[in-house]
Amino acid sequence: MAAAPPVLRVRNLTVEFATDAGIVRAVDDVSFDVAGDETVALVGESGCGKTVTGLSLLRLVPEPPGRYAGGSIELAGRDLLALPGEALPAIRGRDVAMIFQEPMTALNPVFTIGTQMADVLRQHRGLSRSKARAEAAAMLAAVNIPDPDRRLDDYPHQLSGGMRQRVMIAMALSCRPRLLVADEPTTALDVTTQAQVLAEFRRLQQEFRTAVILVTHDLGVVAETCTRAIVMYCGSIVESGPTAELFRHPRHPYTRGLLESVPRVRAERLPELPVIPGRVPDPGRLPAGCRFADRCSRVQSRCRDARPPLQPVGAGVPVSVACFNPW
Amino acid sequence: MVTLPPGAGTGPLLDVRGLRTYFPVRGGLLHRVVAQVRAVDDVSFTLDQGTTLGLVGESGCGKSTLGRTVLRLRPATAGQILFDGTDLARLSPRELEPWRRRMQLVFQDPYASLSPRRTVGQTLREPLDHHGIGTPTSRRDRVAELLDVVGLSPAVLDRYPHEFSGGQRQRVGIARALAVDPDLIVADEPVSALDVSVQSQVLNLIRRLQVERGIAFLFISHDLAVVQHVSDQVGVMYLGRLVELGPARRVYSTPRHPYTQALLAAVPRVEGSPADRVLLQGEVPSPLRPPPGCAFHARCPRVMEVCRHEAPVLKDVDGPGAGHRVACHLY
Repeated sequence: MAAAPPVLRVRNLTVEFATDAGIVRAVDDVSFDVAGDETVALVGESGCGKTVTGLSLLRLVPEPPGRYAGGSIELAGRDLLALPGEALPAIRGRDVAMIFQEPMTALNPVFTIGTQMADVLRQHRGLSRSKARAEAAAMLAAVNIPDPDRRLDDYPHQLSGGMRQRVMIAMALSCRPRLLVADEPTTALDVTTQAQVLAEFRRLQQEFRTAVILVTHDLGVVAETCTRAIVMYCGSIVESGPTAELFRHPRHPYTRGLLESVPRVRAERLPELPVIPGRVPDPGRLPAGCRFADRCSRVQSRCRDARPPLQPVGAGVPVSVACFNPW
Repeated sequence: MVTLPPGAGTGPLLDVRGLRTYFPVRGGLLHRVVAQVRAVDDVSFTLDQGTTLGLVGESGCGKSTLGRTVLRLRPATAGQILFDGTDLARLSPRELEPWRRRMQLVFQDPYASLSPRRTVGQTLREPLDHHGIGTPTSRRDRVAELLDVVGLSPAVLDRYPHEFSGGQRQRVGIARALAVDPDLIVADEPVSALDVSVQSQVLNLIRRLQVERGIAFLFISHDLAVVQHVSDQVGVMYLGRLVELGPARRVYSTPRHPYTQALLAAVPRVEGSPADRVLLQGEVPSPLRPPPGCAFHARCPRVMEVCRHEAPVLKDVDGPGAGHRVACHLY
């Protein structure tokens, strides 16, 4: 367990969406902590609730159709879900910042990088125009962008994808947030650029001591970047623990299946890739018991009757798993 | 140039020689051609029946353009595309028509490539009707058989694409390609949009089709792990050129080109990466202004003086029998 006190404490978070098919629970009773020096992965496949959980940490889920149906999100001692809406803009960017998969949609195409970065600094840190520009250049230098003074006058389209994502990281860290939420920050990048940006990410996390939540589907990225991982399936946490332990000994059959089925560069190719049979159930028609039961190789009759709670595995191992019959 | 009738070829199914695809760049007041992008630049390879060539590289390397040029969905600027002995590059659109039946394309995004207003049954029947395959009644049976091959239940015949998950849609896309019993399928990032647990199901299906139906694949992907699983041969592209080509086993175990080595080292690994791995500096240069000499020299950790002004050509390493070829002055 991390020694630093938690910066973020999420308790029983439940987020629902109104759809044509009725109310769908995208996040269902999710609880976790993140300490000040941690990089934590929220990992899972599409529709597992990882992105909605990430957006919730900035209270960015659109309401309606979304609705925070329960729980609390305590950031540095304050419950974001209890705050009035007017209080949020001052918190977003300053206490908690977010990076998205496609930086082009997060940057405004008609303003220069420098203008956009300086705006954030003037708003949240009350810097003067010239100080804000100098600080923006320093942040670009911190994320290893060559020639930062000149880059400030560039428009987003003039930068490559990797450079744009570095700008987003620089912008997100410029107000020294306590928590940074990064949603698939390298998924749109080429593999060699991804490796550079991830290395940058690790270095900055050390340097700025920002707690990071990395939302991703890529277990390789998790292994290389995150100290702890939270595996989600159908809106709930199925397993969480230190990345090394989780990957060495996955206890939930879903975590294990996911790790086995990841295509990876191997010494010898396998005649057949291991698969998880079936598919993720429709969020409108979830099974009554364990939501993984229909795809699980270790399913027992009780798995179909009741949902297994997330519980510590005990024996001094800092792993929790939601399974009646774990590995 | 001798043109052989279909099926009479004795050599490889596909023999691509010196293929180039250039795109004109227009600019200025008069909208004149001011430059050429060499999307595919002097690429040669062969593909035997029932085998798979995996093409890897980063965005903009020309791998998708190469796939589309081979199918003559884009005109070739120069070079030959010998398909079963016939040079497709020289055929008129009308002459090309009978060959279209033997080559199919599977796209990355099955949602965008399936008509939302057609049922799965109609989508699968369309190529059969178009090419006049079978009788109207036998086509119905053929469609049911196709669904069975890709692991979908006959109950889905009357459903529309939006009713399916991504993995199921990609199975429909593959079934549509199989409808005409092709000899070659060009698959462009066919599993990139799919979740991990579904990705491996579709990859296993593709492997099974290679073995059971003897279909040759040109399998295009940015994902080295995915390519390894399906490929007999692997080609690595950088800025329009093949920089390494060889048996998959060799390329993955002993990559020779510094770019291939860097690409393999950059893949995030579940088991963690070695601390001493070399990260490439910089990014892929613009294909509009490729560097002189070897296009990779500005990022190459092992660059030499000769690399700056002389472009290397593909040559055999490990002897001519190994079939492992690299375009690098180190060898």
